[in-house]
Amino acid sequence: MIQQIIYGILYGGVFALAAIGMSMMFGIVGLTNLAHGEFIILAAFLSSVLCTALGCSPFLTLIITVPVMFIVGFILQKVLINYVMGKGANAALLVTFGLSFILKDGMLQIFSADSRRMVVAFQSANIRISDSVVIPVLYLVVCLIGVAVIVILHLFMSKTYVGQSIRATSDDKVAAQLVGVNIKNVTAVAMGIALATAAVSGLTLGMPWPFYATSGSGYLLIAFGVVVLGGMGSMIGALVGGVIFGLAQVLGGSNWGVFISYIILLIFLAVRPQGLFKK
Amino acid sequence: MSEPILKVEHIQAKYGDFIAVHDASLDVPDKSIVSLIGANGAGKSTLMDTIAGAHTPTAGKVFYKGEDITGVPAHELIKRGLALVPQGSRCFVRMSVEDNLRMGSYPKAARAKRADNFERVYNLFPVLKEKRKDASGSLSGGQRQMVAIGRAMMSNPDLVLFDEISLGLAPTIIKDIYATIRQLNAEGLSVVLVEQDIHRSVKTSTYTHVMLKGRVALSGLSKELTEAEIKNAYFGI
Repeated sequence: MIQQIIYGILYGGVFALAAIGMSMMFGIVGLTNLAHGEFIILAAFLSSVLCTALGCSPFLTLIITVPVMFIVGFILQKVLINYVMGKGANAALLVTFGLSFILKDGMLQIFSADSRRMVVAFQSANIRISDSVVIPVLYLVVCLIGVAVIVILHLFMSKTYVGQSIRATSDDKVAAQLVGVNIKNVTAVAMGIALATAAVSGLTLGMPWPFYATSGSGYLLIAFGVVVLGGMGSMIGALVGGVIFGLAQVLGGSNWGVFISYIILLIFLAVRPQGLFKK
Repeated sequence: MSEPILKVEHIQAKYGDFIAVHDASLDVPDKSIVSLIGANGAGKSTLMDTIAGAHTPTAGKVFYKGEDITGVPAHELIKRGLALVPQGSRCFVRMSVEDNLRMGSYPKAARAKRADNFERVYNLFPVLKEKRKDASGSLSGGQRQMVAIGRAMMSNPDLVLFDEISLGLAPTIIKDIYATIRQLNAEGLSVVLVEQDIHRSVKTSTYTHVMLKGRVALSGLSKELTEAEIKNAYFGI
């Protein structure tokens, strides 16, 4: 039991990271990005390919994948999504939905339907606590990476002018212009940041678990659940939501994990639709 | 008389096909207080938005510090010291008072003087210092107006356009805010006061312009304009 709870909590950090980019676009920019799961898997494939080609540790691939995904997000938002967001939330939702299909089929063509996994030296290393309880090092590392990214993102959004200009623009576009923010690029920067977190998320999901070109929608559902549970745009909420989902997955096992997760989600939607931490 | 800090020449501004401002011209002498009064729908706010770069005019020119700024966007003008305190304060309601003021120092030149400007704003409005950690959306109307004024002052402006700051506020709070504006003017700030209320703004300003149905119907020295003249221009009698 204790062992399972440890796994659940460690999964939580990884799930929270998968959700945070989507949560940010949801809560701050007002865009529901249904392609977020596919972007995570795209980043995982990128890391995996680089890892094989360069023969380096999977962690080092972040040096390339994070800036690449930032640029992809920036350009995508700037040339396509900003344009459709001007036509209403439904149009933007449908465009990201279509984008998820394009990405999924594109990845199937390029990377085939086979599973992939990134392997590190400490893949099955454990820290022994007692005879029946161990902490798996890989899961601990990916969980800590998830928490670190969320903390850094939180500090960035609340302490820097760029982060604050994103929040200010989502509160009041006109007032943001009046204080000197060039609002044309603000949402593009936000999307760039969201996809940069997806790059890290792809790595943290692709090391402990195998992934497929079609895995994106499964992770999107987890991310969506975490966002609803924790509250849109809330960073602490994402962490807590991630742990709740992680525990549900572990305690329910492979048969009941997803089922229990969505029962919890349904209860939350009925009782507290604004999420745990939404002010 | 020295060169005016702001010159507005024959501005026309539309929303779609609707002409909100037909033909508006006015001067704001450097370091003066100018009031612009007019009934609801006379085009005052559209004119202010146009001057501040938040709305693009269809005809006419705006000169600021001798430069043509017609069509220059708001985020550029704030860097040159032209600020607008918009109607209804438009605070960033989900952000704290402190973060609202901090956003006011967004232009690069203002960031360097941020600490001094924070002190200056907190001296003008001590209540904002008490509430600095609160979300601005939780404040009263008067306090939000203080946040909006403070936010504009954080950018080190030379000219501030105040768009109906007394709207919906209690008379004692209006009195305090006007006292603050006079104090800022005494320190060298050029001010444009846009109001529906005739008496207080005319009394506070050196020059008065009256707008009626998208045109400037009357202009003159505030102390020389008679009440009858102002009322005629205001109501179009």
